[in-house]
Amino acid sequence: MTAGASSPTAAARPVLTAREVSITYEVNPPVEAVKDVSLTLERGEILGLAGESGCGKTTLAYGMNRLLKAPAVMRSGQVTFHDASGTDIDVTTLDGEALRRFRWDKVSMVFQGSMNSLNPVMNVRTQLGDVFTTHRPGMSRAERDQRCAELLDLVGVDPRRMSAFPHELSGGMRQRVMIAMALALEPQVMIMDEPTTALDVVVQRGIVRQLMRLRERLGFAVIFITHDLPLLIEISDRIAIMKDGRIVEEATAEEIYRTPQDAYTRQLLASFPSLTGARGGFVRSGSPVEPGPTPAGGQ
Amino acid sequence: MSGSLEVRNLHKDFRLRNGVSFSTLHAVADVSFAVEPGRTVALVGESGSGKSTIARIITKLETPTSGEVLLDGRPAPRHATREYRRQVQMVFQDPFASLNPFHSISHHIERPLRLHHPGLSADQLRSRVVELLERVHLTPGETYLERRPHELSGGQRQRVAIARALAPGARFVVADEPVSMLDVSIRVGVLNLLADLQRAEGLGVLYITHDLATARHFSDEILVMYRGRIVERGPSDEVILNPRHEYTRKLREAAADPDRLGQLRDEVRGEMTGGLA
Repeated sequence: MTAGASSPTAAARPVLTAREVSITYEVNPPVEAVKDVSLTLERGEILGLAGESGCGKTTLAYGMNRLLKAPAVMRSGQVTFHDASGTDIDVTTLDGEALRRFRWDKVSMVFQGSMNSLNPVMNVRTQLGDVFTTHRPGMSRAERDQRCAELLDLVGVDPRRMSAFPHELSGGMRQRVMIAMALALEPQVMIMDEPTTALDVVVQRGIVRQLMRLRERLGFAVIFITHDLPLLIEISDRIAIMKDGRIVEEATAEEIYRTPQDAYTRQLLASFPSLTGARGGFVRSGSPVEPGPTPAGGQ
Repeated sequence: MSGSLEVRNLHKDFRLRNGVSFSTLHAVADVSFAVEPGRTVALVGESGSGKSTIARIITKLETPTSGEVLLDGRPAPRHATREYRRQVQMVFQDPFASLNPFHSISHHIERPLRLHHPGLSADQLRSRVVELLERVHLTPGETYLERRPHELSGGQRQRVAIARALAPGARFVVADEPVSMLDVSIRVGVLNLLADLQRAEGLGVLYITHDLATARHFSDEILVMYRGRIVERGPSDEVILNPRHEYTRKLREAAADPDRLGQLRDEVRGEMTGGLA
C-alpha cells in the first residue's frame, strides 16, 4: 500500500481531527501560513509532522490547540477533539472557561525551545504545582507535592531536585521538566514542537526513549513536530510532510521512508545523508554532483 | 610537516570558581592532529567536549595552556598576525550573528581583501568581490553587492561567510558547525559547496560538528572527542562503520537512523512486557 492519503485501520479511533484548516497571518500582504489542511490523529499514535522552517507546522499546531494570537487568524476549517468519554468537543468554538478547562487537560503542548520557557524565578515545585492549583483546585498541598514528585520520577528527573530553579538544571533536565508538566493532567494528546532540537544527540536519544516508554504506559497520542526526518521515521507511526502550508504527503513512516510519493518528500529525505548507507548526493563521492536547483533561494 | 596545519599536545584548562574554592576543567587535554591541504578532518563530539575550544585556539581567539599550533611546520605566532589570519580563516556557526547587519555584503568581503591585499584599486576590488560571490554560487554577484544580511536567507548568508573566509586567500578553513543553523534542505548544498571549493583550491578544512552522518560523508578523517580528549580517530568510514571506542558507539547509537524504523518502539514494548512478567 503506497497510497498518499491516510488510510486509518478500521480499529483505530481518532482523538483529534482537523478538517480543511486555513490560517492566515493578517499582515500586509497577508501570509497564508496553513492552507486547507486536514489531519487525523489516532488514539495513542505518534504522528510526525515534518517540514522546513516557515512551512507552517508550528502555526498548524497552535491552531489545533487554539493558541493562535493576532495577527494569526484561522480563516476556515474545523478542529474536533474526540474525548475518551465519547463526546466530541469542537475546539474552534471553545472560549472562556470551557477553553481554559480544555487546554492542558485534554491537549497539552511542549513548546519549541521550551528549555527556556520555564519561569526563571520559580522553582520546579511551584511551576509544576501551578498546573494543579489551576486545574485541580481541590488538591491539598501534600497531594500536589506527591503528584509532582511522581511526575518528575516518571520523566527521569530526581524528585529531590524539586526545589531547584531552572538555571540549576541542565538543558535536558529542563526539557524533561517541561514534559512532566505536559503530562501532569494525563492529557490524551500531547503536541511537541521541536522538543529535542536544541539538545545534544545523546541527551535527545534519552528523552525520546523516555517519551516512547511513557506513551506505552499512558497511551497518549503525540504530534511530534520537527525537521529531523530520520528521527521521525525512526519513532513515528505516521508522518505528514508539510510544504508551504500544505500537507504534500501523509503515510506510514515505512511508506515515507521506502516509497516516498511526493518529489518534495524525496528531496527532504535526500537532505539527510545516510549514517551507514551509500553516500547519496555528496560531492566527495568522486563523481561531481551538479549543484542542483540552487537551494539557497526562497527560504 | 610542511604545508599543513598541525596542533601538537594541545592543552587548555579553565579555572572554575565554586564559592571560594577553585577547580580546574581540562577543556582540551593532549590533543594532536594535522590538517593537510585538500583534506577534511572532522572533529565530532557532544557539546562541552572541547571541539570549539580547539577551533578557537587554532584561530587564535584563545591561547592554549600548553602545546603548540604549527603552520607549515613552524610554530604559529603566539598572537594572531595578519599573515597567520590570511592563511587560516574561520566560518562560524550562526550566519545571523556573524555578519554585521549594518554593512552591505560587498563591505563584508571587501574588508579582508583590503586588509590583506592593500594594493588593489577600487575596480579590482569590486571585480574580486563579484568573483568571490560567484564562486560561492551567489550569482549574478553584482546583485548581491549592495544588499544587507537581513535580505538574504540563512543559506545565502553562510555562503557570504564562506566567501569572506576565502577572500584573503586562506589555505585552511575552520568550520565550526557551519550548517547546524540552516534549514535541512540547504545543508547538503552548503557542505557540497565547501567540498567543491576544497577540491578546486586544495583547501584544508577542519569540520567541527555533532552530526556523524555529514562528518562521515564530508571528511577524510574523523576525530571523536570526549571530555577534552580524542578517544578515537581514523578514516571516516572506518570510525563510523566499525567504531572501537565505547563512546563512539554511544554517539552512533544516539544518531537517528531511519533504517531502525520502529525498532525503538519494539524495544520499549519489549521492556514493558518484560517488566510486567
